[in-house]
Amino acid sequence: MKSFFGFLFGLFCALMIVLLAGENPLHILEILIRSSFGSKYDFGLTLFYMTSLIFTGLSVSTAFKSGLFNIGAEGQLNFSALCMVVFATSYPGITFPGSLLMILLVGILSGAIWGAIPGLLKAYRGSHEVIVTMMLNFVSAGISSYFISQKLQNPDSQNPESAVISDAFRTNSFDFLNKLLPESPVNLFFIIAILTAVGMYFFFTKSVLGYEMIAVGENPSAAERASISSKKFVVISLVLSGVLASGAGMNEVIGYSGQYKIGFSPEFGFMGIAVALMSNNHPLGIIANAFIMSLFHKGASDLDIETETITKDFSKIIQAMVLFGVGLQYYLNKYGVNFGFFKKKKINSSGNM
Amino acid sequence: MGEIDIFSLGFVLSALRVSTPLIFAAQAGLLSEKSGVVQIGLEGFMLAGAFSGAVFAHITHSSYLGFLMAFMCGAFASLLFSLLVVRLKTDAIVAGTGFNFLMMGLIPFLTKFIFNSTGSTPPIPIELRLSYEVTAFAFAVVIGIYFLISKTRWGYWIQFAGEYPDGLTACGVSVEKVRWISVFLCGGLAALGGASLSLFLSSAYSPLMTGGRGFIALSALILGKWKPVPTLVGCLVFGIFDALQIRLQGVPINGFIIPVQWIQILPYVLTIVLLAGFFGRSQAPAYLGKR
Repeated sequence: MKSFFGFLFGLFCALMIVLLAGENPLHILEILIRSSFGSKYDFGLTLFYMTSLIFTGLSVSTAFKSGLFNIGAEGQLNFSALCMVVFATSYPGITFPGSLLMILLVGILSGAIWGAIPGLLKAYRGSHEVIVTMMLNFVSAGISSYFISQKLQNPDSQNPESAVISDAFRTNSFDFLNKLLPESPVNLFFIIAILTAVGMYFFFTKSVLGYEMIAVGENPSAAERASISSKKFVVISLVLSGVLASGAGMNEVIGYSGQYKIGFSPEFGFMGIAVALMSNNHPLGIIANAFIMSLFHKGASDLDIETETITKDFSKIIQAMVLFGVGLQYYLNKYGVNFGFFKKKKINSSGNM
Repeated sequence: MGEIDIFSLGFVLSALRVSTPLIFAAQAGLLSEKSGVVQIGLEGFMLAGAFSGAVFAHITHSSYLGFLMAFMCGAFASLLFSLLVVRLKTDAIVAGTGFNFLMMGLIPFLTKFIFNSTGSTPPIPIELRLSYEVTAFAFAVVIGIYFLISKTRWGYWIQFAGEYPDGLTACGVSVEKVRWISVFLCGGLAALGGASLSLFLSSAYSPLMTGGRGFIALSALILGKWKPVPTLVGCLVFGIFDALQIRLQGVPINGFIIPVQWIQILPYVLTIVLLAGFFGRSQAPAYLGKR
């Protein structure tokens, strides 16, 4: 809850902007709530966004834990979504149980590769991971644009998207969660996302690997003296980060649409940064904050319709304010300005941005 | 190469045109990064400049005034960034990402508020559009920054703020002050890059028109090893790629069409390769991003 101030600050600023534009903040909040919970479809869509945000939030936070800033979750999820579609269209003959397993493997591997590039370059060539992951975002966007426009374009569609992959590669035939909220895009990956988050919690608190990873993030030279190779963990952490980001691609391709659409991700990778920072990299906090962010993301599109002045980019303003607020939180903690109920928490350098 | 004559005047001019925004933004990034402030908010500053330039040119019917106001808007927007990063020691990468988001979110909000449109500003008349004087000005800025950085006392202060801030403090110069002013100029210059997009390359602001140019400028800065003139060369190289990509669209070379996307991702791939130290190490200021 240490970063909760940042969130409140962000929300407050965003609502002030709303007030300046002459809208009633309470009315805005009401629309946000109605838009997210109003119908089964709306709620399903919120949960669908939440699924992707849990994955990207976990991805960003895993890198943070070992002191790395992965702003490339966007590229990683894009690349893995593309690889899955390319795989499924190249081998349409594979039959059911194997096909699903194979495509999951392809998704995980491609995410891992896209995470390994910055990891290896950082560990062995000293390149800054922020720049490399940022550049890889653009590279993966370029590659997918090339594949979709030149190789995989869906002949039945005017939009830049691939053809739909065969049902053997998708989960929709046995998706019980989707049956509960019919027509909405929410799918099995929602449950997988929650389980992954819980898994990451145990990974970081109970496993040796997770402990070593945090040790590298807290103090690389001390970890080095305890014979933990920081180079190795830079690579492991970014590979894991890439794999987690690929979950957001699976959510779209395997779970929901079965195709690669250019721009299917409304920058989930970047929203993941806000989610990870808001939750101070706590995997369970990520579940809660992914929900809050998805609520805003879903709500903003309805604000566009229902108000005079608010546009659907409003969620970007909220995200910006949250990022600023969370950044400020660090300052407040460090320089002793503290609020009563935050006092007991010691400053944890894994979140020290 | 068939129909594409890359040695024609037309091609050179179009390469100069498309590299103009990059030159401004990369030099802006240079000022900020030299003083030790990581600058990934260039995209946001460019958006702010493109938008405010187009708005003020539309209101005042003078694109020169629009251009000037873009500088002012970018510079004053940078105060928010400096407040967070320089004064309150927020992580510059978080604040930069947030700043980009803020601009992406705020501008559609403002266009709807001012013009009641979905994100574009009304176009300015074609005769008001700026011309190659902007490019000339960009080159002048490069020369100016070269002299500022390497020949003046202020330039040394900026370099010290990025290389060894404690030394600067020991000389009785406030590191914070130097960074505030560097980032202030950075915001203004990057905004000029944006304004040259909306007033020189086109005649209105359209949503997200910078299209990643802030990050290409950052690549050019890294390729140019944080030095003004090599950075300019980096910008020109990317400008040539960009102009080439426009020319090459759908044109076969020896029966083979080079996909535009390959050329589009080239700057990014080059940056990664260079950062990995395969063409000699690119040396960042020592205190870049450290507190």
